[in-house]
Amino acid sequence: MKKQISSLVMRRLLIALITLVIVSFAVFFATALLPGDTATILLGQSATPEAIEGLRNAMHLNDPAIIRFLKWIAGILQGDFGTSYANNVPIATLIHGRFANTMKLAGLTAAISVPLALTLGITAAMWRGTLYDRLVTVGTIGIISVPEFMIATLAVLLFAVYLRWLPALSFTNEIKSFHDLLRAYAMPVVTLTFGVSAQMIRMTRAAVVETLNTPYVEMALLKGASRPRLVLKHALPNALGPIVNSVALSLSYLLGGVIIVETIFNYPGIAKLMVDAVSTRDLPLIQTCAMIFCLGYLALITAADIIAVLSNPRLR
Amino acid sequence: MTGNLVEIRNLRVEATTDSGRRVEIIKDVTLDVAEGEIVALIGESGSGKTTIAMTLMGYARPGCRMTGGEVRVAGVDMVRLSETERAGIRGTTVAYVPQSAAAAFNPALTIMDQVIEVARIHRLMSATQAKAKAISLFTALSLPGPETIGDRYPHQVSGGQLQRLAAAMALIGNPKIVIFDEPTTALDVTTQVEVLRAFKAVTSQHGIAGVYVSHDLAVVAQIADRIVVLKDGEVQETGTTSEILKDARHPYTQELLAAFRPTVQERGPENEAATSGPLLQVDNLTVGYGARLRDGKPLVSAVQSVSLRLDRGRNLGVIGESGCGKSTLARAIAGILPAHAGDIMFNGRALGKAGRSRTRDELRQIQIVFQHADTALNPAKSVEDILGRPLTFYRGMRGNARDARISDLLDLVRLPKSVRHRRPGELSGGQKQRVNFARALAAEPTIILCDEITSALDTVVAAAVIELVKELQRELGLSYIFISHDLSVVEAICDEIIVMYRGQKIEEIAPARVKAPEHPYSRLLFSSVPKLDPTWLDTLHQDAEQVRTYCHR
Amino acid sequence: MTKPASSDRPGIRFGYRANLVGLSALCIILLWVVVALFAPRIIPHSVGEIVDADFFGPMSRDLWLGSDYLGRDTFSRILMGARYTLGISLAAVCIACFSGVALGMTAAVAGGWYDTVLSRLLDALNSIPSKLFGLVVVAAVGSSIPALIATLSVIYTPGAYRFARALAVNVNTMDFVLVARIRGEGLPYLIGSEILPNILGPVLADFGLRFVFVVLLLSGLSFLGLGVQPPYADWGALVRENIGGLPYGAPAVIFPSLAIASLTISVNLLIDNLPSRVRDRSVE
Repeated sequence: MKKQISSLVMRRLLIALITLVIVSFAVFFATALLPGDTATILLGQSATPEAIEGLRNAMHLNDPAIIRFLKWIAGILQGDFGTSYANNVPIATLIHGRFANTMKLAGLTAAISVPLALTLGITAAMWRGTLYDRLVTVGTIGIISVPEFMIATLAVLLFAVYLRWLPALSFTNEIKSFHDLLRAYAMPVVTLTFGVSAQMIRMTRAAVVETLNTPYVEMALLKGASRPRLVLKHALPNALGPIVNSVALSLSYLLGGVIIVETIFNYPGIAKLMVDAVSTRDLPLIQTCAMIFCLGYLALITAADIIAVLSNPRLR
Repeated sequence: MTGNLVEIRNLRVEATTDSGRRVEIIKDVTLDVAEGEIVALIGESGSGKTTIAMTLMGYARPGCRMTGGEVRVAGVDMVRLSETERAGIRGTTVAYVPQSAAAAFNPALTIMDQVIEVARIHRLMSATQAKAKAISLFTALSLPGPETIGDRYPHQVSGGQLQRLAAAMALIGNPKIVIFDEPTTALDVTTQVEVLRAFKAVTSQHGIAGVYVSHDLAVVAQIADRIVVLKDGEVQETGTTSEILKDARHPYTQELLAAFRPTVQERGPENEAATSGPLLQVDNLTVGYGARLRDGKPLVSAVQSVSLRLDRGRNLGVIGESGCGKSTLARAIAGILPAHAGDIMFNGRALGKAGRSRTRDELRQIQIVFQHADTALNPAKSVEDILGRPLTFYRGMRGNARDARISDLLDLVRLPKSVRHRRPGELSGGQKQRVNFARALAAEPTIILCDEITSALDTVVAAAVIELVKELQRELGLSYIFISHDLSVVEAICDEIIVMYRGQKIEEIAPARVKAPEHPYSRLLFSSVPKLDPTWLDTLHQDAEQVRTYCHR
Repeated sequence: MTKPASSDRPGIRFGYRANLVGLSALCIILLWVVVALFAPRIIPHSVGEIVDADFFGPMSRDLWLGSDYLGRDTFSRILMGARYTLGISLAAVCIACFSGVALGMTAAVAGGWYDTVLSRLLDALNSIPSKLFGLVVVAAVGSSIPALIATLSVIYTPGAYRFARALAVNVNTMDFVLVARIRGEGLPYLIGSEILPNILGPVLADFGLRFVFVVLLLSGLSFLGLGVQPPYADWGALVRENIGGLPYGAPAVIFPSLAIASLTISVNLLIDNLPSRVRDRSVE
């Protein structure tokens, strides 16, 4: 049994690795396609043909693409992410603080949304068909269907404009007390939580409902088990795998949501850094940020896959 | 307590179909079960037998409602109770043994956990007492390793064992009546014998009443005191077991009994075939799955060195239990699964092992008909399209010629013309199987491989299909290879029978000796088939040594 | 006879059962399609025309949804925006689903190397978060309308492929496909005649879902300034330009979002409430 499990996991990790290589290839070449010759842009006013040629050589921009790609990968593995074109600062320093900020945001969101969504999802499945369930279902479909900026703008309208409870923008630099902390983080976290929870609730509910429709749950019912017992003792152990899988997948949704939220609320995170980098065509910065995102996404999806595989009770 | 343990009076149950229509599936049913008595509910699928049995627990499957009448169990009317009150009775007064024990056990919990659950839910006794009682039940049901089997998970235990564990699960609460819902249908005949014996012993020992739901009269004859015959949600006849078996009054019951004993046709003399040479000759065929090992053999051998011979106009039966490789053999002959070794000679010429290496004509002459008509017919196509395609493909028929031929085919399989424009989803099981057959006939084959074609059908419908198959042979001069696990069906049609076990052919039985096989496994197999004699099970003697060797206990 | 003899539910016609929610969703979608097709002819004010001296003006009889940040009519701009949102999304999702389904079916039936290589490649593409991919590629190849359509199609083809392939693999294991194979039928027949009719229903539902994803992604990109560029504007771009009106609760920033929501929610509701064919088993 152990051998079977470890071989399945290894397979999954290998696939993830191959995917990572393909993805980094795609990212590299997509950014390399950016319009405008990099050297020309950097030189700006002083762009004479000789200067351009000289800079190109100095930056190895005339090397074949494959060589540049391999050099880049080698650099990353050694921790050297290159230097930002826009402000000549090593990218590693730029990213460091911002990455931590985004992690704080994501962490807070996860900490709130996971327990909330799991409770709502499981209870909605427990009492499926009732008004409570219908409300939850309608609510989650509504939230999933609309763009995140709409949730964000509605949240701002409600909390900042009408109720005036919270500030519209987040000022993470002026935090002096816990109260300030709450006020600064509240809106971005609320917005993100809505989106992530809605996904998680839907998937959790579906997973639990699917296990409730099985013959063994019917058998337990015919032994006289009550509804809570059916869900907690019989359905959940079997739904646990799909539920954890859905948690991982929903958290990957954060990677997209955070781009919008950091932009709207001017939050100094890594997503905002990347959006700015795209407007200034700062190649190395874009590449690095994109790789970090892809890595995170891939990690979450692979974890979700591995959990789904491991949760098969026949593997015991 | 006066009266019977169970009294059902004028029960009505309604179901809501997909379109929102309400259909009455149980119409005014009345029946009784006395204490300690086992009553069988016999009927084909759709007769409502499981639905009636479940009302004893006050349970109706989703989409169904009990709309009238009363169901009194130990004096309490289940229809009127609230859901919580019903839950209190389930497991304690009435218990349920499911049809598929494999599906009814939760794969994430241990067996012992689930067997004693009834005791925990209703707080009948402490966990230790419940475990002790469970172990004593395991012993009484002849389960191997009763002390430790409870610690295993359901997927680590065989089907026959699971079925008996389900019985233990039902008996732990000391119920007054147990519902057996077709518990042996999914089992091999050799396993079925053991399981039936266990059920019989345990229910008579404790004086437990039972409702045994089945479609198999012979199985029911062994265990039931009284029989209730059902059709379309109505009671056709009731009586004691011997009354029904010997002196059935209702035409439907007589029809059921007749279907049970299919007439064995007089087989023609063997001389004709010998002169023209065998139609199909298979030599040392080996078929398997998985990667090839170093010596060329496949990783998993499903068929090992099987040889057979089919003469023109004759029928060959292949019989064996699940996993013996008979279906794999058929697929190898048809070219679906290429054999790894061996030869197949058709009309004196060697056939390519894979379908790709055979000519279109060779593929046309050997047709295969599958067991499950639902998956064998494309649900998105009408019957006309399904039958028309082989005609166009093999014979290039189009237009009026094609339409005429389709009508001919429908006539051949005794289907009405109105079926033409329907989709498979609108046909019954028997009709679908006939269309399946017609499609094979459209190619004008020489050999038809019948892969368990009647196994998914009700007895009466299956008997009709067998009659059809026999007639078609006379009219069209076909030869069949008939694969089944059902001995009576094979005996009715086939001239020779091959018995398979674990991929090997262990015996070939000529027509004259069909009643007296020689190989120990064949004898075990043939003797395990239930007969319509209530004393059959009690008087059955099977060598314990053979049983251990050959059966997956 | 396939007509049900008695009908308890209203709305049973010709063997189909429709329900109110599904019908109203369909109406809303059709309404937007009509608007998108005829927008230039029905807008009250030209989209570039400045009609209000004040910007972020309130809703009035003349300007149904008020004015935007430059003083232009919001209502007209939303109606014109429908052309871009619907047009680009529809084009992209058609390309994505068509290619995805065709590739998926072929991979399922042909199997072997073709299947493995294609699945690995498309899975890898799927592993890039869609917003990120959109961002990077659009920044690379620009935001012209053909470029947007191409980018969106490429992002959503892998999902359509995966779904169609999974469905096709299931159908492929059915006995009737085996029967056709052993008859000697070729790949095109197997795909077109045996597999496709059986997956059409779920594939259409997936089409609808994917349409919603594309609309949301397009709006998100436009919101970030990388989608439809001025002077043209789709609904997401409208929200972007008028974001300054948020502290005032201006209709110009709220209503484009509501337009998006009405479209996506209607499509979701339609998928959940499709009229279902009634095929009762008739009495023999």
